[in-house]
Amino acid sequence: MAAEKRVVFRSGWLPWALVGPQAAVILVFFFWPAAQTLLQSIQRQDAFGTSTEWVGFANFAQIFSDPSYLASFKTTALFSVLVAVVGIAVSLLLAVFADRVIRAALVYKTLLIWPYAVAPAVAGVLWLFMFAPSVGVVSYALHRAGVDWNHLLNAGDAMTLIVMAAVWNQVSYNFLFFLAGLQSIPKSLIEAAAIDGARPWRRFWTIIFPLLSPTTFFLLVINIIYAFFGTFGIIDAATEGGPGKETAVLVYKLYFDGFKALDLGGSAAQSVVLMAIVIGLTVIQFRFIESKVNY
Amino acid sequence: MVERRPLLNALSHGVMLVGVLVVAFPVYLTFVASTHTAQEIIQAPMPLLPGDQFLHNYAAVLTGSERGPGSGAPVGRMMWVSLVSALVIAIGKIAISLLSAFAIVYFRFPFKQVVFWMIFVTLMLPVEVRIFPTYQVISDLGMLNSYAGLTIPLIASATATFLFRQFFMTVPDELVEAARVDGAGPMRFFKDVLVPLSATSIAALFVIQFIYGWNQYLWPLLVTTNENMYPVVIGIKRMISGGEAAQQWNLVMATAMLAMLPPALIVIFMQRWFIKGLVDTEK
Repeated sequence: MAAEKRVVFRSGWLPWALVGPQAAVILVFFFWPAAQTLLQSIQRQDAFGTSTEWVGFANFAQIFSDPSYLASFKTTALFSVLVAVVGIAVSLLLAVFADRVIRAALVYKTLLIWPYAVAPAVAGVLWLFMFAPSVGVVSYALHRAGVDWNHLLNAGDAMTLIVMAAVWNQVSYNFLFFLAGLQSIPKSLIEAAAIDGARPWRRFWTIIFPLLSPTTFFLLVINIIYAFFGTFGIIDAATEGGPGKETAVLVYKLYFDGFKALDLGGSAAQSVVLMAIVIGLTVIQFRFIESKVNY
Repeated sequence: MVERRPLLNALSHGVMLVGVLVVAFPVYLTFVASTHTAQEIIQAPMPLLPGDQFLHNYAAVLTGSERGPGSGAPVGRMMWVSLVSALVIAIGKIAISLLSAFAIVYFRFPFKQVVFWMIFVTLMLPVEVRIFPTYQVISDLGMLNSYAGLTIPLIASATATFLFRQFFMTVPDELVEAARVDGAGPMRFFKDVLVPLSATSIAALFVIQFIYGWNQYLWPLLVTTNENMYPVVIGIKRMISGGEAAQQWNLVMATAMLAMLPPALIVIFMQRWFIKGLVDTEK
């Protein structure tokens, strides 16, 4: 932040005119709504929206004593851990093998990056179509193999479905970062280890994987943020939070309580909790980026 | 290559091929489904090779001539709405960010740090967590079901501003000095030196923001109630809202193909800028 240009232009009004458009947009569509959220979280409106009273932290007390909200926390935790771990494992595997076949890596890269372009909601529809109990090709094959797949009834199946769709949607992102990380590892290190007799498996765990740890950690945070906030479309299209509420992650519940159940105070309190989580995650990420610069 | 290991190389190609095929399978199936009649798909198992209804299905969804149990609005119109929104979001964000980053880097003015931090804070909160009050603002301003409502709230974030600020800091001071010696004012310098120098950053950001705008879901779900203003991603969801078995899956899947096509083409053909954009926006 301390860095400043040596040469600057002088003008009283021009800089304000330049930041004006952005300032106007963020004031009206960011700061005002964010302030409203904070305000509404400590207020309660009656059913007709005619009177508003201050209730302090009652909304927070209410959501945290609501078993379905706590269940949604657990769902979100499970979902984001699965998405992050499975997503990172799969893309690391692909990136390591792609990195071995240098000449073909470019081709594989092109063939693997396009899922990023698919909208989460569309990804949800695609996976729903494959696994739909009555028409899905994969669910048909599973049935023939003796697996009774039905994500409309079985909570585990529903969770599996959205995790697969979310991982698929995010695999390109993880793959690209891992491949870049692998290609920046000095070849001399690998060669030295090879000369000392370390086989590929051993080299991976003793050299490559530790050197990739900054990338892995970065992707871990990014994937958790993605699972929290970027997967609403997948869940809404594939399971609508079902079978009961077993795939209703926090953002989904927020949407449902606010727009379907019209509980303003409660959903504002939920928003504030989410804000706290995302700020926490972002701080971890920035801290980490700062520390990365040092070594 | 560190050493010759033909077996391991074969394994590498094998794993990559399996990976590529698994990743491509959902889209292949979508394409196959979009080339059959609705009847053929419902009879499990559906065919695994493309059928002969390609032209019929795509023409039907683009013009909206066959109404299913869900929404049957013409997808042609939805694609247009998506395109306009994505372009407005991408170009709008780039334009206001270039200007404010220019002000922050090249001017000294009172409360500059305050302005800087105000913009910085917006990085932290995605639109999802302040969604209801934002919806309230849009509805109070009468912007529901309009392009303004679909786009402007999504422009309110600072990723691009930081990217350009970062880049402007690396532009050598000598260029400003030279421009001043030649008698160029700030806007002249901005237009003739800074913007052309930023061309690659602008292209990278455009790709990322276009995809971001095209793929929006939650926000358009709230602010569009009129079929005429549905982006295509919303249109698909509205089509399948009538229950799973009763769907005209061939038409849903044709719509899904159309919804995927523009951003996928952009990613593949602008690969270099796409990757640069991904890496830059995360720094």
